[in-house]
Amino acid sequence: MTSKLIFEKSRAGRFATAQAPLETLDDLLTDSDLPLEQRRSRSTVLPEVSELEVVRHYTRLSQKNFSIDTHFYPLGSCTMKYNPRACNSLAMLPGFLGRHPLGPESHGQGFLECMFELQEMLKSVTGMSGVSLTPMAGAQGELTGVAMIRAYHRNRGDLARNEILVPDAAHGTNPATATMCGCKVVELPTDAEGDVDIEALKAAVGPNTAGIMLTNPSTLGVFERKIKEIAAIVHEAGGLLYYDGANLNAILGKCRPGDMGFDVIHMNLHKTFSTPHGGGGPGSGAVGVAKRLEPFMPIPVVGRDGDKYRWMSEADLPLSIGRLSGFMGNAGVLLRAYIYMRMLGDDGMRRVGEFATLNANYLMARLAKAGFDLAFENRRASHEFIITMKRTAREYHVTAMDVAKALLDEGFHAPTTYFPLLVPECLLIEPTETENKETLDAFVDAMIRVAELAEQNAEAIHAAPVTLPVRRLDDVQAARQLDIVWTGSEDAAA
Amino acid sequence: MPFIPHTEQDIADMLEAIGADSIDDLFDEIPESLRIDGLDGVPAPMNEMAVTRLMHDRAARDANALSFIGAGAYEHHIPAAVWQLTTRGEFYSAYTPYQAEASQGTLQVIYEFQSMIASMTGMEASNASLYDGASAVAEAALMAVRANRKSKSRRVVFAGGTNRTYQKVAEAIAGTQGLRFEESPFDKATGRADPAALLEGDEPPVAVVISQPNFFGTIEAVDELTDAAHAVGALVIAIVNPTALALLKPPGEWGERGADIVCGEGQPLGVPLSSGGPYFGFMTTRQALVRQLPGRIVGRTRDLDGKTGFTLTLQAREQHIRRSKATSNICTNQGLMVTAATMYLSLLGEQGLARVAAASHTNTRRLSDTLCTVPGVSRRFKTPAFHETVLQLDRPVAPVLEALAANDLLGGLDLSEIYPELGHCLLICATETKLDEDIQRYRDELARVMGASSTLRDAS
Amino acid sequence: MSEVPGDLIYTQEHEWLRLDDDGSVVIGITEHAQEALGDLVYVELPEVGQTLSSGDGLAVVESVKAASDVYVPIEAEVVGVNAALADAPEKVNEDPYGEGWIARVTPADRDALDALMNADAYQEFLDNLDD
Repeated sequence: MTSKLIFEKSRAGRFATAQAPLETLDDLLTDSDLPLEQRRSRSTVLPEVSELEVVRHYTRLSQKNFSIDTHFYPLGSCTMKYNPRACNSLAMLPGFLGRHPLGPESHGQGFLECMFELQEMLKSVTGMSGVSLTPMAGAQGELTGVAMIRAYHRNRGDLARNEILVPDAAHGTNPATATMCGCKVVELPTDAEGDVDIEALKAAVGPNTAGIMLTNPSTLGVFERKIKEIAAIVHEAGGLLYYDGANLNAILGKCRPGDMGFDVIHMNLHKTFSTPHGGGGPGSGAVGVAKRLEPFMPIPVVGRDGDKYRWMSEADLPLSIGRLSGFMGNAGVLLRAYIYMRMLGDDGMRRVGEFATLNANYLMARLAKAGFDLAFENRRASHEFIITMKRTAREYHVTAMDVAKALLDEGFHAPTTYFPLLVPECLLIEPTETENKETLDAFVDAMIRVAELAEQNAEAIHAAPVTLPVRRLDDVQAARQLDIVWTGSEDAAA
Repeated sequence: MPFIPHTEQDIADMLEAIGADSIDDLFDEIPESLRIDGLDGVPAPMNEMAVTRLMHDRAARDANALSFIGAGAYEHHIPAAVWQLTTRGEFYSAYTPYQAEASQGTLQVIYEFQSMIASMTGMEASNASLYDGASAVAEAALMAVRANRKSKSRRVVFAGGTNRTYQKVAEAIAGTQGLRFEESPFDKATGRADPAALLEGDEPPVAVVISQPNFFGTIEAVDELTDAAHAVGALVIAIVNPTALALLKPPGEWGERGADIVCGEGQPLGVPLSSGGPYFGFMTTRQALVRQLPGRIVGRTRDLDGKTGFTLTLQAREQHIRRSKATSNICTNQGLMVTAATMYLSLLGEQGLARVAAASHTNTRRLSDTLCTVPGVSRRFKTPAFHETVLQLDRPVAPVLEALAANDLLGGLDLSEIYPELGHCLLICATETKLDEDIQRYRDELARVMGASSTLRDAS
Repeated sequence: MSEVPGDLIYTQEHEWLRLDDDGSVVIGITEHAQEALGDLVYVELPEVGQTLSSGDGLAVVESVKAASDVYVPIEAEVVGVNAALADAPEKVNEDPYGEGWIARVTPADRDALDALMNADAYQEFLDNLDD
């Protein structure tokens, strides 16, 4: 398959006429008062192609992707579970798609009722007191959370608290977010068993502590066992606890961040509540808060007066940290999460945590038995776990990245590599609850084949992948000779 | 069990392999006191048939209105192919393309998108998208501070007439980093930003935000505004409507030097209104500032065999590598929306998009002219507009809109809360989707409502 | 084994410094540092005239998988930068102690350099890292 760009298929004078107004541009602009000096003169790269060419081009491109619908996708910390088709088709009913965000509440009661009920369900599964749905991705949810913590302290007149504690195993968005909120990041070490180092925490907290950002289960794939002690230490010092919901899938229906002592959490609806990842979004980073942070929630929030639903905005929440989007966030994503939660119901929520955990522990047990090295061999897996290829890297010069690429040739998407940074040559593996035993067994078999190949023929693994549309790409050239916008050349620079 | 494939036999075999007696045993590291038994706030499960019934009922309650609301989100015809292709599982259920070899489809789509949007805005570099237009402006302001090393200022001026919600969002997102946002005055007769007033204030701004068209739909004198901002050392952030770019001069050509950062709301390009999201923000810039761009960027390169391929590039700017020193905390963006926009732009092409823009422009003019034949209605600004314009009513707008909505006609956005200084003003929009009979219907309904409510008329 | 020239002084963050006769100091990153980073794709240089305190970031060196700050271990003013790196960051990989130098500074207090490591001490420091 060639990788011709849509622009290279363009022919002057050919366009998908059915899609545009029928009148010619000249006719349409006969009486226009647009000033000539503001008119566009330079043409664009937009292609002139037929509808069939567009359909074929993008259908073929889609076939160059791995996806949940086509491949097992055990990408740790990303919760690549099946995205039920009904969630998509029902969220795309014309009544939902056609509703203007500034349309009157009278013409949005159906949508608003879904959103109100989604808020209530999310409160229930997280144990929080209030929920705002507006953050548009996990990272924006994080920003919201830290901004609320900051606003809370400032509202009490406590201006000194500008330090956010972040474990060294945390996702990169945590420290990036704290900085974006004007806070200073203080890193906390992790102990040998994967828990936060309590002594280091005690030494780090103080009058400047605004809060701590934690993921539980952590990015190391283990449950933070001392969570209640951590909560007590941070609260005692006057700080608040922020829960990064990246790994909420592991404990869904089994335990709740609110009960652990967290004051604010964000949820990745595109992970736990099965909205699609879409090749990199849209996500949704709804936030939940404890009572004391409710006044600071981002707006709008959906409220109910009698049997009428309405937007709550500046007038209802004068201390709100404000607006994060032009309207109300990723409404269509929220609808998909709502439909998913209604289909699973209370029983289904519990089973998510249970079977995600069962699958991860099963896969971990089988891989350990096959001779792979676990990062934390004395621990239960949460919904994910880490193996380290350190030994293979040392003995055969086959790295975690090489293993990842070889797995692609085996027909499996690679696990997450080189994250968390703490564990050398790591593969973070998250099977999710929607995969069956046969798939997990087939993945173990593939891992064994790759490990054997590493021993016998490292060269072959360094060459992988060989079955995909391209082989390993030159990232150095990509960065040094930046080619990010097409300017007419058929291929990348040689 | 919905979406969980395990048989009883599977469960037994798996537990045996693990060496556990029950699934509950797998949670034994969680303190007993934290474990819960049941969720009060989540209703019982529904099967697909039941949930389909429920959602059809809910959606039907919101349907059937004829809408003339714009104000940042626009109803355009979306070719059927766009969402049929976009929701193919290979796009819909893929992750961020970190494993480039297994993501060439998504990566090439983004490269094509970057090329299209850069060309439309007249800039040299683009990222793979941001969350929406409003948050893109916040990111643009932060980027301007990083890029404008010569300026010590943290003051960002929004040219009067720029969407005030965007300013609020910028304050919420970037205000905590010490950025100050101010709005310069606009001319109440023309609805345009005043170039002289743009630069008033205690210190020269680090950046100036200019919209084309502005929130009122009015065409701004962008060359003058851009040059005025550059003259005091500010960077120019352009906010543009992507449909309008088919007819209007691209920001890269504004004034002597062109805008420095261009951003905007991508929704008009094939994304449904859908109550406000998911949409996407776009951002383009000059080559010299490419390393200051937030978010993901796709580059074209070669593989081991010399074959052309695509990969994420300049990743060292991003949070997963740079952590607390990243250009932004953004991680997931709006990839699927960009996929839809790329297909939309391919189907329409330059000619098609220009027709959509021109038809919207012409329809809005026609709508405005027609509605102004109703007594008590007049055009607020006598300046050219793109596909939105402001009407002045002789009475409060809210009751009029309410009466129209009772007949399933959404007449526009009441500006009196956002712009109390304008009095009884209404922002209207008619895209290419509106027919002559729709416009006529609006006129008739408005005449009826205004006639019936003439008692509401006040002195203004 | 990385090269550690005997005529330079070193920091624990793997910067090298060379005191020139005119009293200015040239700063770069060591062979060990460039090896650990891999192929560099970008070097963010400071501006001439900038004054920096000890421990401030002087430059950022970026590979496809990492970005690292280059620190200045003494209070100093930037008097020159290696502008060639803008187009050819690979010079840092190819010749870290020569054409891959990063910036030239004037130290506020030359005695502050005495606290840094000589080549032997840095070599020992590197040897201990490998354990």
